[in-house]
Amino acid sequence: MYSEKVMDHFQNPRNVGEIENASGVGTVGNAKCGDIMRMFLDIDENGVIRDVKFKTFGCGAAVATSSMATELVKGKTIDQAMQVTNKAVMEALDGLPPVKVHCSLLAEEAIHAALWDYAQKQGIEIEGLKKPKADISEEEPEENY
Amino acid sequence: MIYLDNAATTKTAPEVVEAMLPYFTEMYGNPSTIYSLGSESKKAVNSARRILAESIGAKMEEIYFTAGGSESDNWAIKAAAEAYCAKGKHIIVSRIEHHAVLHTCEYLEKRGFEVTYLEVDRDGMVDPETLRKAIRPDTILISIMFANNEIGTIEPIAQLGQIAHENGILFHTDAVQAYGQLPIRVDEMNIDMLSASGHKLNGPKGIGFLYIRTGVKIGSFVHGGAQERRRRAGTENVPGIVGLGAAAKRAMERMESKTETEIALRDYLIGRLEREIPYCRLNGHRTRRLPNNVNVSFDYIEGESMLIMLDMKGICASSGSACTSGSLDPSHVLLAIGLKHEQAHGSLRITLSEENTREEMDIVVDELKQIVQRLRDMSPLYEDFIKKEKAKD
Repeated sequence: MYSEKVMDHFQNPRNVGEIENASGVGTVGNAKCGDIMRMFLDIDENGVIRDVKFKTFGCGAAVATSSMATELVKGKTIDQAMQVTNKAVMEALDGLPPVKVHCSLLAEEAIHAALWDYAQKQGIEIEGLKKPKADISEEEPEENY
Repeated sequence: MIYLDNAATTKTAPEVVEAMLPYFTEMYGNPSTIYSLGSESKKAVNSARRILAESIGAKMEEIYFTAGGSESDNWAIKAAAEAYCAKGKHIIVSRIEHHAVLHTCEYLEKRGFEVTYLEVDRDGMVDPETLRKAIRPDTILISIMFANNEIGTIEPIAQLGQIAHENGILFHTDAVQAYGQLPIRVDEMNIDMLSASGHKLNGPKGIGFLYIRTGVKIGSFVHGGAQERRRRAGTENVPGIVGLGAAAKRAMERMESKTETEIALRDYLIGRLEREIPYCRLNGHRTRRLPNNVNVSFDYIEGESMLIMLDMKGICASSGSACTSGSLDPSHVLLAIGLKHEQAHGSLRITLSEENTREEMDIVVDELKQIVQRLRDMSPLYEDFIKKEKAKD
């Protein structure tokens, strides 16, 4: 059911782990639907994403989209990272089964949530960035697929 | 390959296939015809019918062939609802029935029937007293599964059936997982209707039966020809029926030794998993349990990931995770026994056959230890848990 690329990123996920004292951390998804992603960003003074790590509780597609999303934002500027959409993640993985499309949305949200956290800590505003919708710390979070 | 998904389906036994083969190319006559080729088929169908009847202590004319468990459940429930709606429109089932029962009930609810879904305890058992209290004057049907397909819990069917009969209510049981694994006697167990399927007991797919006690006046489900005493039209699936008969005969003959082998493997596997993998819980009743069923939840990880990793090691199993059900909700059975959503997502069902070995169980445990650790290492839930534990120190 999964493409070779999805299987590759599931079997050998890139950038798994944590970053201590990360510039920004975002967690999205909820245990109810079975996917939780946490993204750690290390952003330098020029606004370049120097390092990125993730942790994911979820299915094969959730792990693969997290992994691919980290690959797509690593070494990029914040503006470039903002351009990484769920579609870009899906295309980079050669597609996902229809029931798994929400995983790629979650990956996009995870990047945004981590960037939001970074912006909050820095006291800056990132153009086009909204407060993340889903967070496991919220009660009964609703997912907008 | 290590096949551990025998509740999903089983390998058709070679002797079953052999028994079926002549009915494709040699004795292919339609049982309803007059010439001797057709009579051969009719004889074969009735000989299978006799085996099935004897296997549950029923009469031959009480066995009706169907296309499998789902059809049998649909027929029993819809036809009973239709036949007895003048008496009332209330049906009682448990929360942990198979979807073939639950979705049929939902269908009936849209058509004016009321359904009570009985809660089960933490082991998945239906309490007979809960059933007694749920009965109303307008209750026409009680349907409780013999044994659960996910967690393996065996329900107190004889007791539940007795309560139904004390109140003059029809009692149906979905025995798809139990038939061929557990001894069943319809009279002693107060069963009026029973669903069974061929491919769960090393028989072919697409064939099953519904037992209907003489005197239960439910109508036909498939209309057409006069087959199955005018209650289920359509030319008989003769090879399938022959295969089901052969599989049932085989299952009954070896039930005792099979059960012994499987229980030994089952309890060995459960023991090792519980001892060697932390934050693991057994789902379902520990002893009132199908001989071949193991169902465990590993906290902080998700089931589909686990299944893909097992598959890469050549191990076939199943999970109650949402991702494996094609919906966003995890197993209704695991939620009904009180698991949290994340625990239900992290469940693993292993269903054995007598062909499995202790060596295979060892391989599975050793692989699982690594897989669970690997997934926990990338799980934000596990990270949070470990941090909380550390904060406690």
